[in-house]
Amino acid sequence: MLIYILRRLTSALPTLFVVVTLSFFLIRLAPGGPFDLEQPLEAKVMENLNRIYKLDRPLTEQYWLYLSHLATGDFGPSFYARDFTVAELLARGLPVSITIGGLALLLALAIGIVLGTVAAFRQNQPADYSVMVFATFGITIPTFVVAPVLQIVFGLMLAWLPVGGWNNGHVRNLILPVITLALPQVAVVARMIRASMIEALRSNHIRTLRSQGLPRSTIAIHALRGAMLPVVSYMGPAAAALLTGSVVIETIFGLPGVGRYFVEGALNRDYTLVMGTVVMVAVFVLVFNLIVDILYALLDPRVRYDT
Amino acid sequence: MSEPILSFRDVAIRFRTNDGYVEAVKGSTIDIHPGEFVAIVGESGSGKSQSVMAAMGLLAQNGEVTGSIRYRGTEIIGLPAGDLNELRGRKLSMIFQEPMTSLDPLYKIGSQISATLRQHQRLSKDQARARALELLKLVRILQPEQRLDSYPHELSGGQRQRVMIAMALANDPDILIADEPTTALDVTIEAEILALIAELQQRLGMAVVLITHDLGIVRKYATSVYVMRTGEIVEHGDAKAIFAAPKHPYTQMLLAAEPEGRKAPPLPNAPIMIEAKDVRVTYRMKRGFFGRDSSSIKAVDGVSLTLKRGQTIGIVGESGSGKSTLGKAILKLAPAAGQITFEDRALLPLSRDEMRPLRKQMQVVFQDPFGSLSPRMTVGDIITEGLLVHEPGLGRRERDARAAQAFGEVQLDAAMRNRYPHEFSGGQRQRIAIARAMILKPHVVILDEPTSALDRTVQKAIVLLLKGFQDRYGLSYLFISHDLAVVRAMSDTVMVMKDGQVVEAGPADTIFDAPQHDYTRTLIAASRKG
Amino acid sequence: MSDVLAQPVPVGRSLWADARIRLFRNKAAVTSLFFLILMGVTAIAGPWFSPHQYERVYTEYVRVPASLTAYPKPEQIAPAVERIAARVRAQIETQQVVGGSVRVTLVSPRAIDERNLAFFGRSDLFQGANVVERADEGRKLVIDAPIRWRTFLFGTDGNGRDLFTRTLIAGRVSLAIGLLATGVALLIGVAYGATAGYLGGRIDTVMMRIVDILYALPFIFFVIMLVVFFGRNFILMFLAVGAIEWLDMARIVRGQTLSIKRQEYVQAAEALGVTSNGILRRHIIPNTLGPVVVYMTLLVPKVILLESFLSFLGLGVQEPMTSWGVLISDGARNIQNAEWLLFFPALFLVTTLFALNFLGDGLRDALDPKDR
Repeated sequence: MLIYILRRLTSALPTLFVVVTLSFFLIRLAPGGPFDLEQPLEAKVMENLNRIYKLDRPLTEQYWLYLSHLATGDFGPSFYARDFTVAELLARGLPVSITIGGLALLLALAIGIVLGTVAAFRQNQPADYSVMVFATFGITIPTFVVAPVLQIVFGLMLAWLPVGGWNNGHVRNLILPVITLALPQVAVVARMIRASMIEALRSNHIRTLRSQGLPRSTIAIHALRGAMLPVVSYMGPAAAALLTGSVVIETIFGLPGVGRYFVEGALNRDYTLVMGTVVMVAVFVLVFNLIVDILYALLDPRVRYDT
Repeated sequence: MSEPILSFRDVAIRFRTNDGYVEAVKGSTIDIHPGEFVAIVGESGSGKSQSVMAAMGLLAQNGEVTGSIRYRGTEIIGLPAGDLNELRGRKLSMIFQEPMTSLDPLYKIGSQISATLRQHQRLSKDQARARALELLKLVRILQPEQRLDSYPHELSGGQRQRVMIAMALANDPDILIADEPTTALDVTIEAEILALIAELQQRLGMAVVLITHDLGIVRKYATSVYVMRTGEIVEHGDAKAIFAAPKHPYTQMLLAAEPEGRKAPPLPNAPIMIEAKDVRVTYRMKRGFFGRDSSSIKAVDGVSLTLKRGQTIGIVGESGSGKSTLGKAILKLAPAAGQITFEDRALLPLSRDEMRPLRKQMQVVFQDPFGSLSPRMTVGDIITEGLLVHEPGLGRRERDARAAQAFGEVQLDAAMRNRYPHEFSGGQRQRIAIARAMILKPHVVILDEPTSALDRTVQKAIVLLLKGFQDRYGLSYLFISHDLAVVRAMSDTVMVMKDGQVVEAGPADTIFDAPQHDYTRTLIAASRKG
Repeated sequence: MSDVLAQPVPVGRSLWADARIRLFRNKAAVTSLFFLILMGVTAIAGPWFSPHQYERVYTEYVRVPASLTAYPKPEQIAPAVERIAARVRAQIETQQVVGGSVRVTLVSPRAIDERNLAFFGRSDLFQGANVVERADEGRKLVIDAPIRWRTFLFGTDGNGRDLFTRTLIAGRVSLAIGLLATGVALLIGVAYGATAGYLGGRIDTVMMRIVDILYALPFIFFVIMLVVFFGRNFILMFLAVGAIEWLDMARIVRGQTLSIKRQEYVQAAEALGVTSNGILRRHIIPNTLGPVVVYMTLLVPKVILLESFLSFLGLGVQEPMTSWGVLISDGARNIQNAEWLLFFPALFLVTTLFALNFLGDGLRDALDPKDR
């Protein structure tokens, strides 16, 4: 098992490398630099800034510098928020995004699995239809519609919950963002579980269990274990996306997470910040893909013996 | 005769489909007595499987049952789930046709057997495990202690079926229902499994209901027989009586459907069509999940053969023997080493483009009539696709004319040539596949299990059709099959393969009447049922 | 033989025909199909029939609520008249709504310059002004100003533009993006996936590695780059989205191709000597189309949502052109005081996405029925 993890990690490094390289050059190809967006600065000041931030060096040299810093974990200073290094910015924002994203993930799995199972067992009956309609709603209504509506209803009209803000992670501030973020995922998980449960319930090995007179609860557990496999595969990239922050949620609810860094960084030509976020996301994706593969192998003994 | 323990009275089964109701069983009456070995025979679509599925409450969601099925007086139709689960797995148990998919792939064998034990017998975990071990020994699984902790994918088909039997017997049922339990297994394994079932039946005194289409099995084991056709029972009674003097014309037809006839050897000065020397096909296995070493499998391990004009070589063997792979290698559909010449032309060094014109002379018919026809093309287009490649000068009308002609030769109505494959029966599809091969006027045809997926009566017709083509056009055949009866009827020469190698080869009569090698003997003995 | 050929050959029922029959039995799917066609026609033709231009600004009708009855509402008339009177530099002695006009008596210490009455015509509320009576050497005028009635079914936005027309125009954009981006994804994805799957071996590995790497690139980043590079161009938008979505399509098609490759009918075609091209064209691609079609109908809503999301970030189509995403993000910002701005575009978007999802589900059941 250990060898396998190491092998996967080493094969993930080239991908990471390519992602970093592509991103590095892409963002620098965009017109405008990090210091162009405010009022135009004096030429001398510009020169100095460029020298300090090493932007006057040839591109390839900047690239090697960046890589060598990266290897030691130094993401460099933020070009835009010049009092902070990128690492500091990430460190401040990541816990927020992870909390919200992680809670949303757990919520999505818990509710999604229950709903999907119920729908599968009561196929084509009212319970099934309601779950499917709810799931379709969840997928089609954009989060930036749900969020303001929830804010109005629960934040202003009923005044049960705060409209936004992080407030150091107080539970009351978490409820609305987590629910909004989880909603589409609940829908997706419910649909997936329903489809794969229905498939599993038709399978030959479930038929064998039924022929043995095993009760419905046992059959449900067997079917669920098989049905989990596609969900596990899906949750890999989905989890990575959830945990690295949602731009919409963080903007609407005013949460200081890392999701906004992307957009702000790109718009402000904050090269290092963007690179830092890119690397962070890529790492998350690769790590979660690895976790998913391991989970899959744990769930399905057949996978352990052949690829 | 004592009271029946399971009775069907006027049972009708139908299915709701998009095209209306489909009737599977129309008013059947069946009695199973204690300790009896009952066989329900019929061809595909006869309703035999659905009947027993209904008795176990396992019909598909869109199925409806009417009539009465009673187990010792208790009505099964409409029985609530809780009560039904008391009967299933305990008094009535079942094993199925597809051993490869009937076990849960995620759970160990031991825990699967224990599950049914603990459900019905309130055993503790350790007691259940001990009993599971006993059961594995009962069904003669090798290394039973290790197998308790194995997963299904580590077992072969035959072993999985033994496990299924073990689970079915776990709670001492009154009746064991076996739905085509050996159809998917090799013939030698089949013999072992059936012998096991018969022995256990004697030992434990239970009744067995065997669903099958294979009359040889019925003759050997059954005491009572029901013959079904399109949902109705056409004849039933004591097995010996029926086999001696079948009354219903359908039963008579079934019994007469053994392939017959023999094939004369080719002329002594017939030219050599295919010469294969030391053919080897090796497949590399992928690397293991955790980086284990890659291993290779020798699918074909040094096989040589010579095919003359007008000859039919029958290649027999069980699954994994390499016979199909050999056929593919000769067709250059699988990568091979060694030497293969076709009409004095060496095949292996040829490029794909160089090979193309030769393909006209060397065609193939596959086993699976469902999978060998492209589902979204009309059968007319399917048959004439070869003409697009080899006679590109033909216009659409001419191709259509050739298609109609080909249909006639395989005895299908030419007016059907704009239909799609799924609108035809299995036997008809196989005729289409044959037409596709014959339209190019090949010299050699490789037939890879062409009759194995068909009912016996249909098989007979296909065999006659193929023989007709051979006589008319002087074709040479490589006939690959595991069905010894059909091979004997078709071939003048036979090669027996095992594990990629030829263990015995010679004239058909010699092989069948005086086999030399042990394996050949086992094979022939296993196929002779009764 | 010739009479066999001369006979009319009955046409078989292809699998597509079977699927079509199954689809039409699915009421939800058929309803959705009609709805989508209706939506499409409305979005394309609607703006032509609307009395408003989508970019026309009505400065006096900023943020008016949706209403089935026409504007101006009674309570708006008096303030409007007062505003005009101020510009004409006159006082209002009387004003009265008579029939479809306002009758105003204007008085002023100096003679009223009648050219200034043009202000009535320039106003959004009135068609013009006719002098009915002059008195007092032009220091008193009685004006008859016919009211110009306008209906704003969905209200107006922060700039005073009719939301109904804008919603329909936005529909054109969103639907166009959805279809075009999906089309791009389809073409690239199918070709790429089928080739990789069929050729197999090293080529397949390399092609799929490329897909994996592109997958790991954060989408937002990539699109922002494109937008920053080329500005906010409509064409770019769907090229960007299409360029992302083809990845999933390629993966699906490759998976399908791999399983089709193992089918015996492909082997039979190879035995016939058919070229790779022929096999891909006649055997593989037609048999992958089932899942591809289903995926497409589920991709279109994804694309439309993606476009809305970009608009929310401020990266969508440029003013004055608009899309549902732009309208919705505007609406979300104004939700407290102008809730119609969110409600109507969101209603259109959500119902369209719903219909697409139901249609997609229906197609999936029709092409791959499991309730045999």
